[in-house]
Amino acid sequence: MRAFLALLIRDLKLAARVGGSGLMGLVFFLSIVTMIPFALGPDLNLLSRIGPAILWIAALLATLIGLDRLFQADQEDGSLDLLRLSPAPLEAVVLAKVTAHWLVTGLPLALAAPFFGLLVALTPDAMLAMVATLLVGTPALTFVGAVGAALTASLRRGGLILAILVLPFMIPTLIFGVSAADAATGGTIPFATPFLILVALTLVAAVVGTVGAAAALRSGE
Amino acid sequence: MQLHVENLACSRGERRIFEGVSFALWPGDALLVLGRNGAGKSSLLDILAGRLAPAGGTLALTGAGERTLPECLHHVGHRDALKAALTAEENLAFARDFLGDPALTPREALAALGLAHAAGLPVAYLSAGQRRRVALARLLVARRAFWLLDEPTAALDTASQEVLRRLIEEHRASGGIVVATTHQPLALDGAREIRIERSAPAPEPFRSGDVL
Repeated sequence: MRAFLALLIRDLKLAARVGGSGLMGLVFFLSIVTMIPFALGPDLNLLSRIGPAILWIAALLATLIGLDRLFQADQEDGSLDLLRLSPAPLEAVVLAKVTAHWLVTGLPLALAAPFFGLLVALTPDAMLAMVATLLVGTPALTFVGAVGAALTASLRRGGLILAILVLPFMIPTLIFGVSAADAATGGTIPFATPFLILVALTLVAAVVGTVGAAAALRSGE
Repeated sequence: MQLHVENLACSRGERRIFEGVSFALWPGDALLVLGRNGAGKSSLLDILAGRLAPAGGTLALTGAGERTLPECLHHVGHRDALKAALTAEENLAFARDFLGDPALTPREALAALGLAHAAGLPVAYLSAGQRRRVALARLLVARRAFWLLDEPTAALDTASQEVLRRLIEEHRASGGIVVATTHQPLALDGAREIRIERSAPAPEPFRSGDVL
């Protein structure tokens, strides 16, 4: 627990000190969301109907930013070798790093969703639903991404391979995230049905992602 | 705490690096690993640190209770495992909390290596020798029986080498064990030496046809 906290605090400190991925992800999110209305034209009804899907796609792509550095930075400067010497299991190391990464990249995305919702003409109800689904769904994206990040930690240019590897596994989260957000603005199914499946996906991803990333790091050398 | 290494072999990819390496380490021992560049000295330390799986042979640790070998050692390798954006003190404070079994405070450890003035500086601003000294200060912030030092004197000035030699002797006097690879004589009392040789003849000269 002490090791977990020490690593969590170190990674948050590093993120604050270096800046970079958290803020970049947010700006990237903003740029994608602003591009879409330009491409679709000024049809507010269309925009508000596909708004949740746009926000989710943008969030998914923004999550990928900086994910490749999750373990690679530690691999390059030798810190990963130090992390292996801990009495804490490698799973705890992964969990601490993923938690820190999500706090820096995923959480701001979810909290900023209402402001970006304005750009795609979402109703207040839909904005609230977006925050809820992103808050619950983005951890799944980070955990799934962590497995890919661990697999590509020792590759020099792992960023693109990482995206290709992990995007297919993010599809279920995307489907249920968007359908939950859609259900909140009217639809045939109640909000809770897809939302609870989204919660379940995140819980599964948390376990599988942590164990998988630790296994990938173990076999990495 | 004792470590018995029997008939250790190491392969990187298809190539056999070394084989038949055996030694035993008791408290207070120092082992200098000698050999040419590329002979496998760092690989031997990597195997001891659990970074690399041995291709053959056994490692037996006794007297450590539940702990595994990687949990009983410090490894100061070629890459210094320091975060450039954090200060020297923050780097050491992290290592102290993370590795457990805390000993000296980061400031005391830095002072022991003559770097007290650099405690508040980001590691990115430090020179190669200063970074190496911060990495060595990690040895002092958490108490661990085995010290694996890969070329510890690289980039160190003569005064710092003497400080390092004194720290190693103090560690040995308190029952610690040191394994160091080195090209320069470290002048440790009663240190044993082991020479790592390539097991196979040198690889064939590179042919351009091998690329694809």
